[in-house]
Amino acid sequence: MSEAPTPSAAAVVEIAHLYKSYRRGSQTLPVLQDISLNIMAGEFLALMGPSGSGKTTLLNLIAGLDRPDQGQLLVQGLDLTGLTEAQLADWRANNVGFVFQFYQLIPVLTGFENVELPLLLTNLSRRARREHVELVLELVGLSDRQHHYPAQLSGGQQQRVAIARALVTDPTLIAADEPTGDLDRQSAGEVLDLLSRLNQEFHKTIIIVTHDPEAAAHASHIRKLIKGQLLNDNNRQ
Amino acid sequence: MFKLIWRNTIRHPLRASLTVAGMAVAVLAFALLRTMVAAWYAGVEGASPTRLVTRNAISLIYPLPMAYLVKIQAVPGVEAVVYGNWFGGVYKDEKQFFPVFSVDPLRPYFAIYPEYLMPVDQKLAFFQDRRGAAAGRALANRYGWRLGDSIILKGNIYPGEWQFILRAIYTGAESTTDEGRFYFHWEYLNESLKKSADSRADQVSWFTIKVARPELAPQVAAAVDATFKNSLAETITETEKAFYLGFVSMTETILLAIQVVSWVVIGVILVVLANTMAMSARERLGEYAVLKTMGFKAPHLVVLILGESLLLAAAGGLVGLSLTFPAVFVFKSQLGQYFRVMPLTRETLTLGLVVALAVGLLAALFPAWRAARVSIAEALRKVG
Repeated sequence: MSEAPTPSAAAVVEIAHLYKSYRRGSQTLPVLQDISLNIMAGEFLALMGPSGSGKTTLLNLIAGLDRPDQGQLLVQGLDLTGLTEAQLADWRANNVGFVFQFYQLIPVLTGFENVELPLLLTNLSRRARREHVELVLELVGLSDRQHHYPAQLSGGQQQRVAIARALVTDPTLIAADEPTGDLDRQSAGEVLDLLSRLNQEFHKTIIIVTHDPEAAAHASHIRKLIKGQLLNDNNRQ
Repeated sequence: MFKLIWRNTIRHPLRASLTVAGMAVAVLAFALLRTMVAAWYAGVEGASPTRLVTRNAISLIYPLPMAYLVKIQAVPGVEAVVYGNWFGGVYKDEKQFFPVFSVDPLRPYFAIYPEYLMPVDQKLAFFQDRRGAAAGRALANRYGWRLGDSIILKGNIYPGEWQFILRAIYTGAESTTDEGRFYFHWEYLNESLKKSADSRADQVSWFTIKVARPELAPQVAAAVDATFKNSLAETITETEKAFYLGFVSMTETILLAIQVVSWVVIGVILVVLANTMAMSARERLGEYAVLKTMGFKAPHLVVLILGESLLLAAAGGLVGLSLTFPAVFVFKSQLGQYFRVMPLTRETLTLGLVVALAVGLLAALFPAWRAARVSIAEALRKVG
């Protein structure tokens, strides 16, 4: 992982008047309405809200996993709405690490091999890949479990492997969707401590979606969504 | 990437094993059926372009007068002429049937059939013994015959019991050479007929003509047939290949049915493999979405699915083709009287493998297309 630059006040994510809806049969369900939001470099943002409020949809849009219907979405100055699918895939490979609620590790690959997956898209040699993978596994405290398969790891360990996988390409942005939603209190605490450390020591910009106020408390900044609309930002520090 | 393809392939060992087994059985059946078709055409494949066959224009069951021999020999371009009779007959009982021919070995019969290899001493012993017979190696092995054995055949076209002494055992020079035939002296048959059915004596079923070069065949055939035009027994002269194809065409419908069945078997396994791949891909849609999240693109997912499908198909194909060798051996030993030549050709093996890989490719198309189009957000929502 590269040495962290000093956090700047520059916005990494700039969202203006963003709309997103889904079609269910003949019906159109509005999910996000007129969202405007800036996320600063090095920020640890928690998106909160009840189920169905659109927070995962917003996270997916920011991470380039989905496309908005309308509005502006810039990440590091790049307009994601103008990218083709292939360009968006390349952008994700280089700029985003995604952490899922249910870890989403490939069950037939070991921890090491799961973390190595995103590096297969790079030109790194096998040796360089191994060095990168070992480095991030050490960072998440799982060096001794790298050859275990996901089924041989606890939920907390699996989530730490998933975080290592999200980190291994040294992305600008880490997007985490309910990263502690499937974990016990202790494992959740370890995962949140790890994310906080990534934010504070390596100045990674982190966005997490969570229901859990304790998880949100680790963030430097909390925004709430209700029925697809972002509440006023009253707590920017 | 290959590691992931391999691990996915063996992720469900029972499912993978059953799919490979199904594929193997299908390819085995396919190759066996194709080999049966090839067996039908074995005579055609073994035909020489420099040999012509002259028979009665009405039908092969009508004989030709032996007197035609001299006239055929006089046709320009004819290098040698031999003749023969279809004897029919059975050995011990009706089920013990094999092709029996009466030929004149003193004429250069075996000289114009160089694919029948016979040791010189045995050939000489056959020539010198009026009741002598020559059998193919496969036929001799089938009945455990040895040189000097007395063999009695029951005639059906030529009634009575016919006793022969086995003087020679020939082997085939080519894999398609029929080693299941039985030859004896035409003179022996003819002399017996003169005593018991004189009207059937001095007749042959066909003449085989040797020409010097294949390009002479059409003009020699035309000249021979013209010689006997408007006679009591008009002739048809055709190349040996056309002669054999005439036999094959009589069973064309059966051959077509076998070929259709061989492709139906492949169609069935295609559906089975396609179902397996569709099931696997459906189960892994979430994983494909996760890979896309990391930056993997549609072609990567296509390679993953296609690779798995091709691995299963290739494994099944190779197992099936390996089993074809012992299966053909068993088939030949059990059904040798019907399929005296069962050539498991390189073409059949190559076609079997190509068909297996094509099945693998086709079975992967729909799941690959589906995975390539999967929406990340949609797939993750289903998984979550």
